[in-house]
Amino acid sequence: MRAIKILERILYAIPIILGVAVVVFVFVRLTPGDPVDIMMGQGGAISSGEIEQLRAEFHLDEPITNQLWYFLRDAARGDLGYSYILKQPVTVIIADRLPATIELAAGALFLALLIAFPIGIISAVRQNSILDRLSMSFAFLGISMPGFWLGIVLILIFAVALRWLPVQGRLDPQITLQQITGFYVVDSIITANGPALWSSIRHLLLPSITLGAAVAAIVARVLRSSMLEVLRSDYVQLARAKGASESLVVVKHALRNALIPTVTVVGLQVGVLLGGNMIIETVFGWPGLGRLVVDAIFNRDFPLIQGAVMVYALTYILANLVVDVLYTYLNPRIAL
Amino acid sequence: MAEPLLELRNLTTVFPMRRGAVNAVSGVNLRVQPGEILGIVGESGCGKSSVLLSILRLIRQPGHIAAGNIFFKGRDLRRLPQKKMRAIRGNEISMIFQDPLSTLNPVFPVGEQIREAMRLHGIANASPLPWPLAGRRSHEKQRVLDVMAEVGIPAPEARYRAYPHEFSGGMQQRALIAIALVCEPTLLLADEPTTALDVTIQAQIMEVMRRVNREHGAGIILVTHNLGLAAEFCDNIAVMYAGRIVERGPAQQVVDNPQHPYTRGLLACLPQISRQRSRIDPIPGEVPDLAGLPPGCAFIPRCSLARDACNSVDLRLRSLQANQYARCILYEDGVRYTVEEFS
Amino acid sequence: MSVTSPTGAPAIAGRRQARLELWQRNARRFLAELGRQPIALLGGLVVLAFILAAVFAPYITAHDPELGSLRQRLIPPVWQQGGAAEFPLGTDGQGRDLLTRIIYGARISLLVGFLTVAISIIAGAGLGAVAGYYRGWLDTVLSRFADLLMAFPFLIFAIAMMAFIGPGFANLILALTFKGWVEFYRLVRGDIMSEKTREYVEAARALGRSHPTIIVAEILPNIVQSIFVVGTLRMGFFIVTEASLSFLGLGIQPPTPAWGSMVAAGRDVMLTHWWVATLPGLAIVLLVPALNIFGEGLRDILDPRLKVQ
Repeated sequence: MRAIKILERILYAIPIILGVAVVVFVFVRLTPGDPVDIMMGQGGAISSGEIEQLRAEFHLDEPITNQLWYFLRDAARGDLGYSYILKQPVTVIIADRLPATIELAAGALFLALLIAFPIGIISAVRQNSILDRLSMSFAFLGISMPGFWLGIVLILIFAVALRWLPVQGRLDPQITLQQITGFYVVDSIITANGPALWSSIRHLLLPSITLGAAVAAIVARVLRSSMLEVLRSDYVQLARAKGASESLVVVKHALRNALIPTVTVVGLQVGVLLGGNMIIETVFGWPGLGRLVVDAIFNRDFPLIQGAVMVYALTYILANLVVDVLYTYLNPRIAL
Repeated sequence: MAEPLLELRNLTTVFPMRRGAVNAVSGVNLRVQPGEILGIVGESGCGKSSVLLSILRLIRQPGHIAAGNIFFKGRDLRRLPQKKMRAIRGNEISMIFQDPLSTLNPVFPVGEQIREAMRLHGIANASPLPWPLAGRRSHEKQRVLDVMAEVGIPAPEARYRAYPHEFSGGMQQRALIAIALVCEPTLLLADEPTTALDVTIQAQIMEVMRRVNREHGAGIILVTHNLGLAAEFCDNIAVMYAGRIVERGPAQQVVDNPQHPYTRGLLACLPQISRQRSRIDPIPGEVPDLAGLPPGCAFIPRCSLARDACNSVDLRLRSLQANQYARCILYEDGVRYTVEEFS
Repeated sequence: MSVTSPTGAPAIAGRRQARLELWQRNARRFLAELGRQPIALLGGLVVLAFILAAVFAPYITAHDPELGSLRQRLIPPVWQQGGAAEFPLGTDGQGRDLLTRIIYGARISLLVGFLTVAISIIAGAGLGAVAGYYRGWLDTVLSRFADLLMAFPFLIFAIAMMAFIGPGFANLILALTFKGWVEFYRLVRGDIMSEKTREYVEAARALGRSHPTIIVAEILPNIVQSIFVVGTLRMGFFIVTEASLSFLGLGIQPPTPAWGSMVAAGRDVMLTHWWVATLPGLAIVLLVPALNIFGEGLRDILDPRLKVQ
């Protein structure tokens, strides 16, 4: 039964993915001029015969529906086009930058959950205590605070004034690290490179906090409110009547139920991580996908933007698919 | 007389509210002998559930027990440290809640929830064989399956891993009873255990409880709004109104010869098949707001016999005939009017 | 049969009067409730202060928001060594008064926030009402489209759209509302679908009132409060998104003062002149929480059922 439910969710995602591809395609059509015009804008004299040849190569001489079909067909094959600015296939460029971005997003999510869970739980158990009020005020601020500003303030405090952490980048320039996976923390561990591990974690810290702050704030708030609701429920009272200690009541009976709405919200927060990623990577000079896209926008490198947006949207859909599957495991009422 | 299993002395439970303090339970005195079934009867909101939760010390914050003693087997539960209190909950005193669907934890299999009650109290640890030979797990599980069968859950092996929402209402209630019984308590607190169920299932559930009482000798406090059910099932009945006991006595006696106007009112609303087409007379008015209750009898606004003196007198439970008590101006000053004489 | 005027004008006038009185009573009760929530009230006052500052900007400050002076570049705030009372928060890299630019920046932020919310509500609530009331193919198409837009993270969508249609104020509003209406669409559609089954709607049908009249006159007044609450809460989000886009250089273009682009400009000198990048952002950190606090206060008063989300 559960397998069917999961399969259903996956099948439901397919038309959405298709739709996303169409929307991205339409986006590109919104821009004035076609790709060949833009290439020509890069300079260099091209004969009109060559232009026609290029147009034919990109199928620009065919009807728009055909062009859409070629785009979808190529995307399904994993071909997202060619960047004429960077002179490389878009998928190759993205694959090269993706590990840095994933490492940052994972670091942010890890830190966010690490902070949000204890705070959400304790704030609910000790409702209206000083700790509750204080952390909920911080959470409130965290939700409203723009990431680019928080990043700059953190750099000024921890990197410039206190000199505890580096300002920019992923690794100290004098440290060498053999790249295997592209995840610096993982690579340092694999190659048993202590200094690189220390340096990459130090570099990861500020951007992760900046990117994760809003997520931590939202998750803490949602967890707190669902814990408050669950702690009022009859089954928590039954657990106490069975003779369970308060910590067991909170951690086993209450938290397990409060996780159900929280997990959905965490899934939605992946969108915040992805969106914030461009901004935080710009602030911290993080060589990931986000900064690549921002550069591509100013270079008018449309195939690259188009491919990156596809990757972002797919990641978001995938993350929510994972959440849906997780949800069926957390909530037995949905499994049937 | 033997030492009572449970004795409440002047139990008073208070909920501070914005409108003022609410005495959900005020000055309740009760006794339950080993193996006795006591019924607490009253309309919803009269404080009967609060009595049960007070016994287990599970009154929710900011509510608290403000005064009185709860003697269980001679020990005052009110003075017990948390840890010892936990050892009693679900083990020596267990509770059956009102709404089985919301009381079972939706995310754990029913069998595991029954087993947890046992595990929390280290019951069934003693396996006849040492650990590597016979795991305590299988021993525990066997006990869970036995209890499930005992409360009438058919095919317990197959239902052990089922979730609460996969059970019918009657089965959910049986599972709750199994949780309460698995540690073989000496006192069972049942809070409207059949209210959410069909009449036929009701009878089955009450039968299970009666068997528990007979076979395990467990004392039971049955809280219900149904005086008929209480009369049929209980040895003694206490009628509660606005946080106080207004009448108390042997079940048959209270039903046959009710002394308090409220008890009479409750009896009059009872539909009886034998009484042909007789009218059901509801008690006029509603349960009063317990915040800022004026002194005197709380039943005055709804009582057909009320008179001025009811407002001023601090009423007590007065002894009437054999073990029957009532709290009414009718029985103050040693004068015993019958209700008919009085009106 | 009772005697009524053929036009029914007195009856309508009487109803208007009654509605006005009801509205006044509700407004009084609302203000009394707000008085009981001092924090929400404080948030509302901060927002009001920003609005007043934005409206009366030219009367508050004498400096020009866009014209700088090379001699007065990077003067620190008044409380620091070298600060000048003429520039309370110092000057930026082009010698413009920072406080002046922050005050004028409030115009952009508030205008973007307000316009985006207003257009999103009109489009989203309108389409949601029609889709939820009539259902059918229109509902299917709109709801699928809404699902599709939900598959993009908001900021990614806005960035991508700005990348393709180019920067500027109008494009910014377009990019924000293009996805912004979905939330109001879902809210109103769901509300309409549940309200439609209520007795008062059936009663209105029985009285022979037309469908559009029922939507506008009967159902909408019952859900307008939740629209208002969500609108207030979304406004802060739109303001932050606008600032983020402007920070990346995709939103409001210099020299027009917008908080996001001011922070971006300040970033170049932040290691030596901290105030240029941080102080404009502080305005966001004041305004947006104030808006959210006010919105949450509104929600608690007007529509507590929205609380668990």
